[in-house]
Amino acid sequence: MIEMPVSVGAGSLPAAGLVRSGARMHRERLVAWVLGLCAAISALLTVGIVLVLASETVGFFSQVSLWEFLTGTRWAPLFQEKSFGILPLLSGSVLVALGASVLALPLGVLSAIYLSEYATPGVRAVLKPLLEVLAGIPTVVYGYVALTLVTPALRALFPGIGVFNAASASVVVGIMILPTVMSLSEEAFRAVPRGLREAAFALGATKMEVATQVVVPAGLSGVLASFFLAISRALGETMAVTIAAGNSPNLTLNPLDAVQTMTAYIAQVGMGSPAAGTLEYRTLFAVGMTLFLLTLVMNVLGHWVRNRFREVIP
Amino acid sequence: MKREGAGGGGSGLEWGAGSRRRLARSRVFEVVTLFAALFGVLVLAVILGDILLDGARHLSGHFFTNYASRFPERAGIRAPLMGTLWLLGLTTLMAVPVSVGAAIYLEEYAPRNWATRAVRANIANLAGVPSIVYGILGLALFVRTLGLGGSLISGALTLSLLIMPIIILAAQEAIRAVPHGVREGAYALGASRWQVVRHQVLPLALPGIVSGAILAVSRAVGETAPLIMIGAMSFIAFTPESLGDPFTALPMQVFHWVSRPQEEFKGLAAAAIVVLLVLVLSMNAAAFVIRSRSRLEG
Repeated sequence: MIEMPVSVGAGSLPAAGLVRSGARMHRERLVAWVLGLCAAISALLTVGIVLVLASETVGFFSQVSLWEFLTGTRWAPLFQEKSFGILPLLSGSVLVALGASVLALPLGVLSAIYLSEYATPGVRAVLKPLLEVLAGIPTVVYGYVALTLVTPALRALFPGIGVFNAASASVVVGIMILPTVMSLSEEAFRAVPRGLREAAFALGATKMEVATQVVVPAGLSGVLASFFLAISRALGETMAVTIAAGNSPNLTLNPLDAVQTMTAYIAQVGMGSPAAGTLEYRTLFAVGMTLFLLTLVMNVLGHWVRNRFREVIP
Repeated sequence: MKREGAGGGGSGLEWGAGSRRRLARSRVFEVVTLFAALFGVLVLAVILGDILLDGARHLSGHFFTNYASRFPERAGIRAPLMGTLWLLGLTTLMAVPVSVGAAIYLEEYAPRNWATRAVRANIANLAGVPSIVYGILGLALFVRTLGLGGSLISGALTLSLLIMPIIILAAQEAIRAVPHGVREGAYALGASRWQVVRHQVLPLALPGIVSGAILAVSRAVGETAPLIMIGAMSFIAFTPESLGDPFTALPMQVFHWVSRPQEEFKGLAAAAIVVLLVLVLSMNAAAFVIRSRSRLEG
């Protein structure tokens, strides 16, 4: 592939051209090699993540049984009487992600319907970038918002709850993932062929019927993909939950309780700069591996669903 | 809106109660979706307004020139601001060239086989890995194995790894959007592959690559979790001078101040957030302008 154009490139001076093409061949090879190296570095990144997580995770499970880790209902690795059941951290993560989804999934899909079906091009050109700003705000800022705005509002509604609770973190994580749901769903709705809408209108459907019975079903896999990717983001969110959710590993599904998520635990241990080789240090990797696998499954599902939908609609 | 009448208007038939109800429901639905869309905008306005109100009174000249302090009235963001600017420069220098190189290789050079497909799928998934996992990687790899400690270079390397997949994805998309005819025309004139890439593909893909890179670097600037993991400081009274120095960054400082129970520190946190947001959102805006302008020309 490389050789062919090079030999033609000499132009009207064959002798000089041959010399030049020799030098050019070398340069071409060098460039291809350097670019390939760049790609190799990025490919190695995955291998690096998996190897690093796996190496210390293996060490962790030589000291703690996998069964205890997966089924234990108490997470207390830093206490005198240690206990390594990940369920409280897992329930904390799931609780926050669930709460965020309750807020973000319906709002995201409804906004996407508005942007794709109702908004004029001018309104859409303003509204969509504004909504996407929500995704560009650093997550530590959402932690601040949870603590100073959301929690006081929640405490006005439910006077009994503490300063740190899962609900407050859920609300801001929901706001954070709203643009993910909105953008990807809108993209899916806009990819629905115009003819489908026209046909439904011709049969006498109202705009709402077209939106809910034609556009949403046709774009459903895009909507599902946006859900998976948004939930994956919610599970991986660290700062808002570290600041607002309370850092106490409780096995609960009550959003008004204080909880600790997997990410918040990792950050808590990270702040104490644990010594390498200790069991405390190894818990980072075991919990990190669990988080990595969970979000990976969500991402893979999301991309798989999204690619399928791209094949269906040409 | 005009199509609403399609339910019965054109035919001249009387509208039944059923049609009227369906039309009314359709109008209500439109309002509901509008409110859903406006909700996000409203939330954005409330967040920005609240932070500005809380932080404005701390934003004075000495807030930028003072170091952090136990006394709120004397505290400033000199060290974290410098740290953030260092990180911004270093991640741009380290992550952008390698990522663009990788994207060029994957789009223009790589053979179309299973290995290439696997690498591509991988990169999309890497972009979705939580930032704290990159923090664990940075802790194990740079801080411990390479012995770099909680230094500026550890932070910059960790953040570079975090944003590389994002830049690669954006650059790949920009390169893929260059029409095939451009490449074929250049090949027909005798250009080599690198000449085609350098003189034809890259100039056309540049706006997309630049806007993607700016967005990714702005994300690195706003990240806190990976910096916590590699052991960046939260209280520091000097600015980093070299790559091996300990450092702090704006998001770390915000986190530190938010975590203090005293109310005054919340105000400081808000002021630091204002500075952080000005930096991050102006980068976002620049990326948006570059992208939309190139779209108009294309």
